[in-house]
Order: sequence, then C-alpha cells, then structure tokens
Amino acid sequence: MKGLLRKETGIFILLVVVCAATAMKSHEFLGVENLQNTSRLIGMYGIFSIGVGLVIITGGIDLSVGSMFALLGVLLAMLLNRKENDWPWPLGWLDNRYWPWPVAVLSIIGLGSLLGTFHGFLITRVKLQPFIVTLCGLLFYRGMARYIAGDETKGFQDAKGFEALQNFVTGNVWGFPMTFVLLIVISVIMWIVLHRSVYGRHLFAVGRNEEAARFSGINTKRVIASTYILSGFFAGFAAILIAFYTNSVAPSSHGNFYELYAIAAAVLGGCSLRGGEGSIVGILLGTILLQVLQNLVNLLGIPSSLNYAVMGAVILLGVLADQLLANRRSAKNAT
Amino acid sequence: MDPLVEVRGAVKRYPGVTALGGVSLKVYEGEVVALIGENGAGKSTLMKILGGLVRPDEGEILIDDRQVTIDSVSRATELGIALIHQELNTLDNLDVAGNIYLGREPTRFGLMDRAKMRVDATALLARIGLPISVDTSLQDLSLAQKQMVEIAKALSLNARVLIMDEPTSSLTFTETEQLLKIVQELRTKGVGIVYISHRLGEVKGIADRVVAMRDGQNAGELSKEEVTHESMVRLMVGRDLDRVAARENVAGADRLVVRNLRTSRYPNQKVSFEVKAGEILCFAGLVGAGRSEAVQAIFGTDPRLEGDVLLDGASIAKERPVDSIQSGICLVPEDRRQVGLIVEWSVKTNITLPGLKKFSRAGLIDRKSETAAATAQSKSFNVKTGNMDVIVSTLSGGNQQKVVVGKWMMQDPKVLIMDEPTRGVDVGAKAEIYELMRRLTSQGVAILMVSSDMEEVLGVSDRVAVMHEGAITGVLLRRDCSEEGIMRLAVGKGQEA
Repeated sequence: MKGLLRKETGIFILLVVVCAATAMKSHEFLGVENLQNTSRLIGMYGIFSIGVGLVIITGGIDLSVGSMFALLGVLLAMLLNRKENDWPWPLGWLDNRYWPWPVAVLSIIGLGSLLGTFHGFLITRVKLQPFIVTLCGLLFYRGMARYIAGDETKGFQDAKGFEALQNFVTGNVWGFPMTFVLLIVISVIMWIVLHRSVYGRHLFAVGRNEEAARFSGINTKRVIASTYILSGFFAGFAAILIAFYTNSVAPSSHGNFYELYAIAAAVLGGCSLRGGEGSIVGILLGTILLQVLQNLVNLLGIPSSLNYAVMGAVILLGVLADQLLANRRSAKNAT
Repeated sequence: MDPLVEVRGAVKRYPGVTALGGVSLKVYEGEVVALIGENGAGKSTLMKILGGLVRPDEGEILIDDRQVTIDSVSRATELGIALIHQELNTLDNLDVAGNIYLGREPTRFGLMDRAKMRVDATALLARIGLPISVDTSLQDLSLAQKQMVEIAKALSLNARVLIMDEPTSSLTFTETEQLLKIVQELRTKGVGIVYISHRLGEVKGIADRVVAMRDGQNAGELSKEEVTHESMVRLMVGRDLDRVAARENVAGADRLVVRNLRTSRYPNQKVSFEVKAGEILCFAGLVGAGRSEAVQAIFGTDPRLEGDVLLDGASIAKERPVDSIQSGICLVPEDRRQVGLIVEWSVKTNITLPGLKKFSRAGLIDRKSETAAATAQSKSFNVKTGNMDVIVSTLSGGNQQKVVVGKWMMQDPKVLIMDEPTRGVDVGAKAEIYELMRRLTSQGVAILMVSSDMEEVLGVSDRVAVMHEGAITGVLLRRDCSEEGIMRLAVGKGQEA
C-alpha cells in the first residue's frame, strides 16, 4: 500500500511540473475559459477511465469503450432527434417514434451495461480472453455505428424535446462544468467502493491472485464479470456526455482511441496491467495529466500533428521512471 | 585431504536482520553433507552464496584451498558448483535434451546441433540411471524425473559440488528412494553433495555428516554414527521436542460423510468415507492417487461429477467454495504460495479475506475490528511477526502456513481439510501445527488430512485411508498402521494379513 502511495505521488509531481511549465509559457492556461474546458474534458474521460480501470485491476482489459461511444452516440442522436430518424433494417420499426429523453438516456446506459454484461459472460463463462472479446467489440460496435447511421454524421442540431438534458450535461455548477462535477461524485462513490468495501477488497484479491481468491471462497467469476458490467455502465454514461459535448456524432471517428486514453490513464495512475494494483486517485491523476498534455500541445502552438507523439513520449517517460524506481527498490531489498 | 569447498565465517546482513552471523562449512570429495535447520536458520542464504546468487558481507570461500569470489551463477558454474533449487527450473514445453542444454545448446554452422545434444544427453541420463528417452517432453515426466533432469543438467556442467535444496519435498516415497539412490551413486563418483532437507528420516539414511544451523549460526555437527532423530532435532531447535502422542480411538459422531464421490481425475472411481467429530483422518498414497482432487471436490474448487457430501447429517447441495465455507468446511490447500495465500498481501488482509463480511456493515469494511480480529488470531497461532501489515512473502514457510490455518480458524470450521499441511515447514513450526490440530480436534473439529510424509501419516492420524488410482484401497486404524502396510495399499496390492 505504501508503494502505491508513492506511485501516486510520482505522477502528482509530474502533473504539477507539467502544469507549472505550461502556465509559465502560456497565460491562457490558467484562464477561466481554458480551465473550464479542460475540466469538462477531464470529467468525460475520467468517468469511463474509472470503469476501464476497475477491469484492469482485476487483470483484464476493455478495448471496446471507444467504439461504444460511437454506437451509443449514434443511437442517442437518432432516438432524440426526429430529423435524424432514418433507421436501417431491421430497426425500421423505430422510425418516427417519439422517445422521451429520460427513456432514451436509460436505454443508452442500459445498453452499455448490457454490452458489458455480454463481455463479462464471454470472458468468465465461455473463458475467452478479455483482449480478444473486447477487441471484437471494438470492431463490431464501430461497424454497427456506421451501419445504423448509414455512415452519416448524426447530431442534435436545434432539435427540440430534450433541452433539459442538453442544458444539464453541458451546463455548469458554480462555474464547474457538469461533467467534472459528475466525475467528482462518481469518484467519491467509487473510491469508497474500491478502497473501503468488501467488494473492492475482493476485486484486488481476484486481480492479484485469482486462484487464491477462489480458494478463499470468493466468487471470482462474478467479481470479474461485474467489472465489465461497470465498465459498460460508465461507458454508457460517458457516451451521453461525449455526444452532447461534440453535439454531432461522426460514426467513423467519434470516440476513436478513447479506450487507449482510459488504459493510459489507468497505467499512468499506477494500475498494473497484470492486475491487483491501482487506485481511484491514481486513475484521476492519470486522466488529468493526459488532458493537460493535450491542452499543452494546443496552447504552446506545438503542431497538432505531434499530439499523439507528445502523449506517447510522456506516458513512456512516466512508466519508465516508475519502473526504474521499482527496480532500484527491489535491488535495495535484495542486497 | 583438502575440502572441495570451504566457507569460512560467512556473514550476510539484510536490513533489520542478520541472515548469517559467521557460518562455516566444509564439503569433501565424495561425501553427502546434510544441512539441517529450521526455516529461517540461514541454510538457503548460505547456499545462495555458494551458488553465486548472493554475495556475503564478510567471510571467505575457498575452492581447492584457493580463495575465490563467486559473484554470479556463471562463475559458480565455472568453479564446479551447481545448485538445484527447491522450485524446479525446468521448462515443460521442451524435451529432456533441450532442458539439459538450455542456454548453451551445441551449434553447428550456426544452427542447433540436435544430434550432438541427443547423444550427450543420452549419456548423461545413462550416468544417473534415468530410463527415459531424451526426446520426452518435460510435461510428461513426474516431479521426481524432472528433478533428475535437473541433476543431469548439473552433471553436464561438470559439477563437483552439487547443492540440493529440499529435493524431495514434493516427491512420493518411491520417487524419493529413486532420487536417494542417485545421490548415493554420485557420491561414489566423487561428487560432493550438500543435501538440505526437513525430512530427518531421509537425512539419517543418506548423510555422511550432518551440519545443523540455527539463527544464522553453526549449531553443531554430527558424524554418521551420532545421527539420530532426537540428536538432530536437539541441534536444530536447541531443545527436545515431544513427539505427537498416540491417542485412544475417537468415538465421536460422524461429522463429515462423503458418499460415492467421483472426481474428474478418476471419473470411474467412487470414493466413500466419513470423518468423526474430533478425529484426524489421513489420506495416504502416492502423488497422483487422486487425494488432492478428492478433497478439492469436497471443498468445491474441483468439479464434483457425482456424490453426496453430508455435514452433521445435512447434505451440502451446492458445491462452490463459498457454500462449503459457509457451512463450515475449510481447505488448507497443498500449494500455499499459489492458492493458499495472496503472498503479496499483508498477514492481516490474508487472514480476514474469507470472512470479510464479519467485519463489515452495509458492505463497507470496519477496519478497526478487522485489525483487532486479525491481531488476536495471529497471536493465538504464534505467527512470528510483530506487525499485522507485514507482507506474507517475507515470512518463513512455517509462519506462512500458520497464517493459512489462522485464516480458516476465523471461520470456526467444523471440518478442516489440510492438504500436505507441513510441506516445506521447519521442525519447530511443524510441532506447532500439530499442536494446533490437536487443539482443534479437542474442540470437536473433524480434520481430513492429505499427507505424503510417512512420519506425519503414522504420527498424527487417528485413522489412515490409503488411496490408489482414485480409489480407497484400505482404511487402517492408527495402531494397525505400519509403513509397509500403507505402502502395500498405496501401490494397489490390497490389504493382506
């Protein structure tokens, strides 16, 4: 547990350094508008990163969330905006039906959870590898999104009937973007769940040593499946926020690579891909760092083509530093 | 005659502990030196120094009377020292020849020279008398045979000193005998052998000299004539241990009844037996007889194809571990480090893992009562750690096993299944675990033990059920037990008068 704390301290220092450097170079960084927009993004990314992080803590992986955003985003736009309502076979029966937004929202989150349940079923009951199952999800959901949308961008434009929802998720609370506030609420709940509850302890046990957990009377299959369900649930939740943030959903590019942001955030924040390690605070710090880096590229006038290169380099450096420290620690213990 | 290897005054300090406080050891040509001592006495550290895995802080090593520095495994190999670890380092996906020459495969024109490798490996196997083909895949070999492959590998390195760290801890009786025969042959060929074992019977049979260690110090030496069970124990623990006293027959009510149990390993065999309250029933037999599978099928970690498990007359319908634990059947598994414990976790979190619900309200853990309960539990079991947050992997095997037992005691078991409860556990801790078992039985707990340690089978159990290829070939009362009688049943020859 102490080692974990140190891991979080490391990334926290890195974050402070990056923020300070950016703030010195660019006055905009600490401007209200920039902070608001960055924290709005942090809110959206953080929510689904927590879901993916839980999966990673049990030693699994979820590659499907990015494509889920496209599929769920397309569905949401088509359910809410009647102008976009042109469903392909075999969904023609949905044409020109009116969906009240609460029903649509619940359906989207429900569908996300359902897809997660399906992943969990394939992984724990059919015993397929998580990487394969969710990789197929990544491909399949992307394809479905494009098919259902007829490969056209779907959006909300000025359609009516769901203004309350739109204003809610794109609005602010005392100046804080709603997505950020939602992330804080979810983080507090998930922190308690992960670090203080029996379920959380079981999650770490399964991730660290699944067999030992099973021999201790833990229903390991149920625990593992539950993390995919939670990941799907949070993906459904985030899908709504992301769709309203972009306001239009291009099925072939919406949410591209987002699963990798989540994995990177979790790993930067101290989750081990071998399972059994990680924390909510770490995942949050990882998410924030990634968004600040993105922001830094924009603000400092670095060519946006270098965007991914910068992020890749920083993640590598972060993980490298962590590994070097770990090596040093274990060398110290061994001699 | 000069010793092959001599260690003088080796000191090794780790943060907070002195593992070795000036230990000396001599190994002569063609002798078997048994190194005995409790876990944590420093045997492994001493051997790692010779094997080039650990460097001593002080002291010197002499080979053929010349002072040497062993700073790597390859240096140790050059000097003719080979170390066979307790955990085997063979690769199951390669064949015998591939394992023996792993990392130094002979080459011809830059390609692996399979033919030469096979010929050389065949000669080596002939030398140690292992009658298998060098093309056999390691996964098809028994543990003993794998161990012999390791020995062949050591010989192929022209080892003059062979260090064996508990080579028999996972072997059966017959496999052990086979291994000991090879050790004796190596001795006649002039190899110096350091033999580390907790099995005193074995040591007595094979050692030319016994060197005992205690708390990182030399605790004394015994010549072949002086070696007795008692003299060795006295040197190791510094006091006499009372052996487990024989008990009168237990006449309690049937606590655990198993009827027609079929396991996936032996689907054509049915096993039926019962354990009384306060009784210790031992499953004896050869490794692979289906004993572990049977107890795991009862506990629920292995599939139960058919059969009923009754606890105090009530049937346990579901067969998941969680149901067994709730009804009071707990399992101390054979593989402590892989499945018995989460070794990267603390003592506290391991002890409380199966019963977290007891320390939680509305799904949230009450950390104060968790700590209090774990502390009380580990004190009552004499786990030697001052701190509940100590990581389990840093504890000795005996203390680890006490943590496993302690974790199940928290569940107030009615039936405790113990699969090889004292494997890799030192003499002192062994006695404590037996004492614990006695305490439990006096409280009416039924204990079902699986053991391959003959001394334990004969010394601890009230009744012995011997298994052979998935079936129980005989059940003996303790007073009717003899090593020969058990062996006869274990190889399936049936009970003879």
